[in-house]
Amino acid sequence: MPGKLKVKIVAGRHLPVMDRASDLTDAFVDVKFGNTTFKTDVYPKSLNPQWNSEWFKFEVDDEDLQDEPLQITVLDHDTYSANDAIGKVYIDIDPLLCSEAATVISGWLPIYDTIHGIRGEINVLVKVDFFNDLNRFRQSSCGVKFFCTTSIPRCYRAVMVHGFVEELVVNEDPEYQWIDRIRTPRASNEARQRLIFLMSGELQRKIGLKVLEMGGNAVVGYLQCFDLEGESGLVVRAIGTACTLEKISTLTSASATHPSNSSPSKDMKEPVFGEEAPGIPLSSGPPTPLRVQTFSSFSPSKSYSRQSSSSDTELSLTPKTGMGSGGSAGKEAGPLKALLRQQTQSALEQREYPFFTLTSFPPGFLLHVGGVVSARSVKLLDRIHNPDEPETRDAWWEEIRQEIKSHAKALGCHAVLGYSESTSICEEVCILSASGTAAILGSRFVQDGPLDTDYRFEEVAPPGCGFCHIPYDELNIPFPAQLTYCYYCRRFKVPDVLFTTIDLPTEANVTGKGCLIQARLCRTKKKAQGEGNATAISNLLPFLEYELHTQLMNKLKLRGMNSLFGLRIQISVGETMLLGLASATGVYLTALPSPGRIQIAGKTPSDITYEQHISNMQKKINDTIAKNKELYEVNPPEVVEEMIGSPIPEPRQRSRLLRSHSESSDEVTELDLSHGKKDAFVLEIDDTDAVEDIHALLTDSPMPPGFYSCNTEIMPGIQNWTSAIQMFTSVRVFRLNNANLTNQGLNKIFSDLCENLLKSLYFKLRSMIPCCLCHLNFTVAVPEDELIQVAVTAVAMSFYKDQTLENGRQSGDKTLIKAITENDEQLQFNLELNAESSSSNPLSSTKGLSDVSGSHPSARDRCSSWIEQLRLKAHTIRRGSVKTTSSLEKASPLPEGRSRSLQSNRSYSGSSVTVVKMTPLSFIPGAKITKYLGIINMFFIRETSSLREEGGVSGFLHTFIAEVFAMVRAHVAALGGNALVSYSMKECVFMENPNKNQAQSLINVSGDAVIFVRESELEATSVQPQSAATRETSNGGDGT
Amino acid sequence: MSVELDVFVGNTTIMDKEVFQLWLNGYTVSDAVKVRIEGGIMEECEANAEVLLSDTMDQYRTFQMCERLLHHPAKLSNQLLFQIPPDRQAMLIERYYAFDDAFVREVLGKKLSKGTKKDLDDVSAKTGIMLKSCRRQFDNFKRVFKVVEELKGPLVENIQQHFLLPDQLGRDYAAIVFFASNRFETGKKKLQYLTFQDFAFCAGQLINHWTVGAVDNMMDDMDVDLDKEFLQDLKDLKILITDKDLLDQHKSLVCTALRGKTNVFNEMEANFKNLSRSLVNIAAKLINAKDVRDFFIDLVEKFIEPCRSDRWTSIDVNLYLTHYTNSAHILDTFKHHGVWTRYMGVIKSCILRIYH
Repeated sequence: MPGKLKVKIVAGRHLPVMDRASDLTDAFVDVKFGNTTFKTDVYPKSLNPQWNSEWFKFEVDDEDLQDEPLQITVLDHDTYSANDAIGKVYIDIDPLLCSEAATVISGWLPIYDTIHGIRGEINVLVKVDFFNDLNRFRQSSCGVKFFCTTSIPRCYRAVMVHGFVEELVVNEDPEYQWIDRIRTPRASNEARQRLIFLMSGELQRKIGLKVLEMGGNAVVGYLQCFDLEGESGLVVRAIGTACTLEKISTLTSASATHPSNSSPSKDMKEPVFGEEAPGIPLSSGPPTPLRVQTFSSFSPSKSYSRQSSSSDTELSLTPKTGMGSGGSAGKEAGPLKALLRQQTQSALEQREYPFFTLTSFPPGFLLHVGGVVSARSVKLLDRIHNPDEPETRDAWWEEIRQEIKSHAKALGCHAVLGYSESTSICEEVCILSASGTAAILGSRFVQDGPLDTDYRFEEVAPPGCGFCHIPYDELNIPFPAQLTYCYYCRRFKVPDVLFTTIDLPTEANVTGKGCLIQARLCRTKKKAQGEGNATAISNLLPFLEYELHTQLMNKLKLRGMNSLFGLRIQISVGETMLLGLASATGVYLTALPSPGRIQIAGKTPSDITYEQHISNMQKKINDTIAKNKELYEVNPPEVVEEMIGSPIPEPRQRSRLLRSHSESSDEVTELDLSHGKKDAFVLEIDDTDAVEDIHALLTDSPMPPGFYSCNTEIMPGIQNWTSAIQMFTSVRVFRLNNANLTNQGLNKIFSDLCENLLKSLYFKLRSMIPCCLCHLNFTVAVPEDELIQVAVTAVAMSFYKDQTLENGRQSGDKTLIKAITENDEQLQFNLELNAESSSSNPLSSTKGLSDVSGSHPSARDRCSSWIEQLRLKAHTIRRGSVKTTSSLEKASPLPEGRSRSLQSNRSYSGSSVTVVKMTPLSFIPGAKITKYLGIINMFFIRETSSLREEGGVSGFLHTFIAEVFAMVRAHVAALGGNALVSYSMKECVFMENPNKNQAQSLINVSGDAVIFVRESELEATSVQPQSAATRETSNGGDGT
Repeated sequence: MSVELDVFVGNTTIMDKEVFQLWLNGYTVSDAVKVRIEGGIMEECEANAEVLLSDTMDQYRTFQMCERLLHHPAKLSNQLLFQIPPDRQAMLIERYYAFDDAFVREVLGKKLSKGTKKDLDDVSAKTGIMLKSCRRQFDNFKRVFKVVEELKGPLVENIQQHFLLPDQLGRDYAAIVFFASNRFETGKKKLQYLTFQDFAFCAGQLINHWTVGAVDNMMDDMDVDLDKEFLQDLKDLKILITDKDLLDQHKSLVCTALRGKTNVFNEMEANFKNLSRSLVNIAAKLINAKDVRDFFIDLVEKFIEPCRSDRWTSIDVNLYLTHYTNSAHILDTFKHHGVWTRYMGVIKSCILRIYH
């Protein structure tokens, strides 16, 4: 049962002139939801009509409420001919279905037409009277919260992290239906926009259902993508992490678990646990390395058989260590720990996929990182015959996920973090990719209560290095790696380099600053059709990945750093080439050894000029390393290197190094600094490839002074942000006019394209210096034969200069001390919380467990052993009795007073248009997010047949992107928000036909609408309670 | 090999003041890049010419997209397409509506018609201001003129309200609109020495004292037209020169007051009748629209030039006009004190402003 959707059309403004004779417009509005339509009266002869309509009421199923968008069409009345459409507004009403999100949509929204762009604005009011449906057989999932943010949202606390949810829906693409030949471009675009809105809604509803089944109440790290497969159809797919979240409502988080206790007091000044406090994983532990595992397989789509690892290229390097058992890892810890590890693992393995889309985690979640795991596969697209059974696409992804899972196992890990999936389509060939970071998790969030009490017995590894310790068995290393004892705690082994897809953990000990590192590669490919093409591509892929990896490694060393975070490898396929772009943030982890030098070796020491050439290059490289070390303030390694020489370091030296750390934890009992001799990293120039490598290495131009860049959420080494932020998107398309280009030539062009783009960004944003470009997200595409498209979205954030200077050595100590002091508080909190969660968790977790056991054993893969299944059943029996109560939890009302009091906290700007900040990050510097209003997920198409008149391709796309931003801002403002966090532009397709003077573009954007309050304002409120009251009254009119 | 498409869109629209000025001045993209390179920005920011070109193109595109909003500045503050901080908005508007004195001197008082617009290339050649910039300035004048023409109430306030212009700029536009609608002649050779600010000052005087709005704010009519009734009444002043007695009486009063106070007393005495006749004749003729156009040329030819040839200082002029005005009130048969004050107040301040 149902809800009642109520819509009121208030007014319009800035409407276009529709009647040339009078220079005016006779506008009226069509309000449509599902199959019901209402109309307003015609407001004659005005460009600023005041309709002030009655409330239009739609009585609808909650299923429809979730799936359907509200569709508002503004038209010009014409007595003699058909009414002309001015434009449309689609409103996603999902945020209104969740009691904790927005309560009303009210404001000026741009009226959008796919041919003309924004044509004025309309003021609407939308409300929903909603009766939550408790029917267990329902098909709706209202009330499940969705977040794009890939961490636990700022004003929530994670009670449980249930795990991976995925879903995909397919349909025919209206653009390719037969009817498209006879309808107008506008009608076709609108059909497409509407369909994608519908499919997104349906997808979200289905994912929501899965979450409810698992006992969760929210999806975090929700990532939705479109595959425009052309003739063969349209796929909308989404992945996310199901969680049980709890609003942090009062001062003490202890009372947060009892919603009834929560008092409406809103003192936000107090740092709330689970939020920004740099947490410490209470962990013990073994070690960590890295490795990118490549693996591509090609199978024609027609065969459904799940053939595994056929063209196994690099995986063969990976010995399959003790499948499915975590036993290998627990060696150096006590038996208790081993047991715990096993239990955590078993809890994870009951899930089909122990994947998490999160990239940063609450304290205690992440124990150890294994390294990057990735899988790709090349498929041939085939028409989707039955939209209701998207089995083929499901099977494809299942295959890939299984691969990822087994890669993680090979690394001795039981979970994959920072997981993401993507596709690249060219004609009928599709590359599916998935990647993540293999890791071992703490038990607190993934397991149910009782075990948590054991938690405190775990050995405490120093907070800043625990995650670096290898999770796999030292004697059974899955790949060649040099292990050393942790440079921080000296107790556990660490790898020499660490690659991950996650964000740098807040508690990590870092030396100096980070920087963006990119590997770029372009490979030519012969034009081919069908299976031949697919085979060619899958043969090229391993080489591409290998070279990207080598490039990344070299560039990392060139910067004197030893780890990569936020690694994202994108491979894009075109008809005649493959593009590979790997971006990551390089960091010097204090716990890892300092990288060796780069040495260049010629193949034969023949003549002198050649040697000179080599020594010149060597000098250049050494200079660059030295310069980089200075730039990124990576200085301590020198001290470390001194130590390498002598196995037993001078006591003085040692105490300097370990000073800060010895305060924090127990004495270093065993000191063994002997480790594999630090071999210099040798680059041999014996073929053209190597020359190219070195060239690529040295062509990266340095950033101008005052700039830093990274592709992660936070920039290591910079904390003192100002409130100035500037989010931007930049797109470039490059035409290769010369058809016969060599690989090197292409590489150079591609690399220059990216470098020049970065240079332009630095120049544009020079007024923000000192500044850091955060979350730099590059997307490459090959839209046409000879075109390369690069799109960048990022946020520039200024910081205060003064403190950065001392950031070198001191800040390391400072943050550590801070971390230690906080550690003590944290510990107490943790214990408290553990006790609580142990009482509340069974309700939520049981359901997930029993369901898994109920439906999946048959479907589960070869990996799980029968022992695990037995254990699983035991769990089910033990907890089965509580199952029926699980629905109660879902229905539990959320603290009402809270959400209402927050309404008054909205900060309005003086101007008539609310300023809406947008950022790809999950936070806004200097401000506190007080409320999440719901997810924004919008899809727009824009087309023109007067390209030249609109300023050419650049003018066209510039306007379109600006319009998309404007619409996003307007929708955020209408929800009552003043910012969009975790913004991303997932799709930016651009097609042109200059000869016909035509162009078309599609953009998909998403993010979380929020209300934030400046920290300064916040303090003012908490110090003077009266001021809060005044603000409430002054904003009274704007509220609900 | 070429960059086919290159765009940058910020959530807050980035606009470089310097580039904006270059755009306003009518530079082409490549010329603007040259200017910027000469300005030394490349060394300052470690940029290269390619980067500058990309940035300049992008900025130009942004300005072009913004331009239609700048045509209706009120829209700029409640449009949704560009997020521009209020202080930036104010800067954009102010600079967009700013004009070159050299340019405005050329079109001041001309009809803001298509014909005038066609002649802008001559203006451009003469002033050295780029044609593009001339067109923008001309269009600005015309746009303001058209909007304000239909409105009631005080001219300056109307302009400021509709175009969100700062105080001084609003006044200047009021002057331009006023001159354009009354078609004052400003282009004659004899008037060349006058600056726009001279005219703007006079326009302010006329608007404040001689229009309908000056007497009664509630009147339906607006500030642009001179008060017809007043112009009619000015005819009555003719008595000052037609009545011989009155003229003599007036002269002796003024001369008595001036004696010993100035070095050019003899010239004043000798010229009194001529000057008085000139001023009163100007007043009497103002009822004809054609003579209104010649107002400034008349003032210069019939009053300022004679004084100048007799080497009056502006202090002398001030002295003379003060006594000339005041003495008329003492004449027993002269009845039109109100009209006289209203007329001479403006004449005096205008003459003092343009006597240089």
